[in-house]
Amino acid sequence: MSTRLRLDDLADVRAGDKGDTLMLAVFPRDDEAFALLTTHLTSAVVAAHFGPRATGEVRRHVLPGLPAFVFQVPGVLGGGVTGSALLDGHGKTLSYHLLTLVLDVPDD
Amino acid sequence: MVLVTTGTLRLGAGAGFAGDRIDPAVELARRGALDYLVFECLGERTVAAAQARRLADPGAGYDPLLAARLEAVLPHCAAAGTTVVTNSGAANPDAAGEHTVRLAKELGLASLRVAVVTGDDVLDAVRGLDPVLWETGRRLSECDDELISANAYLGCAPVVEALAAGADVVLTGRLADPALYLGPLVHTFGWAEDDYELLGRATMVGHLLECAGQLTGGYFADPVTKPVPDLAWLGFPFADVDPGCDAVLGKLPGTGGRLDPRTCAEQLLYEVDDPAAYVTPDVVADFTGVTFTSLGEDRVRARGASGRARPDALKATLGFRGGWLGEGQITYAGPRCLDRARWAADVVRERLAAVHGVDGDALDVEYIGAAAAFRGLADVPEPAEVRLRVSARVASRRQAAAVGWEVESLYTNGPAGGGGARTDLREVVAVRSCLVPRDHVRPTVRVVTP
Repeated sequence: MSTRLRLDDLADVRAGDKGDTLMLAVFPRDDEAFALLTTHLTSAVVAAHFGPRATGEVRRHVLPGLPAFVFQVPGVLGGGVTGSALLDGHGKTLSYHLLTLVLDVPDD
Repeated sequence: MVLVTTGTLRLGAGAGFAGDRIDPAVELARRGALDYLVFECLGERTVAAAQARRLADPGAGYDPLLAARLEAVLPHCAAAGTTVVTNSGAANPDAAGEHTVRLAKELGLASLRVAVVTGDDVLDAVRGLDPVLWETGRRLSECDDELISANAYLGCAPVVEALAAGADVVLTGRLADPALYLGPLVHTFGWAEDDYELLGRATMVGHLLECAGQLTGGYFADPVTKPVPDLAWLGFPFADVDPGCDAVLGKLPGTGGRLDPRTCAEQLLYEVDDPAAYVTPDVVADFTGVTFTSLGEDRVRARGASGRARPDALKATLGFRGGWLGEGQITYAGPRCLDRARWAADVVRERLAAVHGVDGDALDVEYIGAAAAFRGLADVPEPAEVRLRVSARVASRRQAAAVGWEVESLYTNGPAGGGGARTDLREVVAVRSCLVPRDHVRPTVRVVTP
């Protein structure tokens, strides 16, 4: 058995950009969410959520003091704000794409 | 002159980007009891655009809002003894300095000392060095696009020098954003340029403040998960910093927004790819040990940043002529709106290729209202309305203009019920990055008075 949890119910996300890499900082709302996301919000899960748009390895940094995670998702912004013709070249809206992620968490 | 102080220094954030609001800075200047008011107005994109403006007009290329900002705050700054530091000089700090001196005369501030920092322009050096570009992995000489500008990210040293020369306003071009804040701190407290622990802490303070309203609830606010009071009147933040770089962040009473550990944590990690190595010209800062403690309403203590030795080379932003961006938008609503928008996009694509010679690979098609922002990653139910956006970056102005033309032509020649067409056409400056050895970058400070 498992429980389906929406990231939007557990954390906040802020998006930033550097070149064509999208940076997503994830802020669990409490200690329980931090523990759960440390286990289940892996770089592989985030990479899968961005599918073919992520063109390189997704990396995760963990900051227990805040607590927070930083994910680097390369390639998503395809040329970045000065290269892409897309409306939101910065990818600022994509924090909310990560918030739509649903985690399948096995019950203990 | 180095003024070593033992009290705290108050640094206010006057702007977080080139187009930022002016009234929050006026509030800070008027009643913030600031020692320094800092305007960060120069993104990578902004410096590239400014370079293109300077090429078209040698007297232009600095922040078009510079005069409006200074006119609004300088009388208050003069009254309160507040010094202004800004990178609004953009691609033309000298012209910005001349404009500021003229303005000071008009405002009756005849004794205002304006310092202009130049030397970030490394176009000649870069042409000689032929560096490897980060984005392409190849040398500059292998790049076909026309290079029009190169600006190195300067550190805080020229700002320190300008303040030591008694400047009331410091105007720079490309300077690392946190360095705008480091300059006053290093000048005031006399920190050594290799005291990386202190510089790392100060970089944290600068990074937290550099986006202004993003620390006090802007880019944070969510009506359900993160409500922000009085968002229309967001107050900009300031920091009280002591000689050991212990920092307390705050905002003025009576302003909107919120400042608490949650807003601070979000801004700390904004645009930070590696929190253990935030690379600036002055220090490689480490944010991994940072903690935020609430000291009461809209007061937060920030601690735990550190730093290590600065890099040997400086990052530079290169601007290239990047062709033209043409776009057109049109709205479809009601039954089958997404189908009609798709049909319209097919028509535009076919005609751009056959009539105007625009390659289909150059086109981007977005269906705004149908999760266009999520770039095809999300499934959406049939929307109530959708706005088709077709855009293309192409070499010629004529072809770029054809994009909007073909979208507008859908009014009388396309699917039923297309309305509200708009077109846009602009020249693009493409931006790439490289490293430049420090000894090729020589910052210069010049003081001008009315």
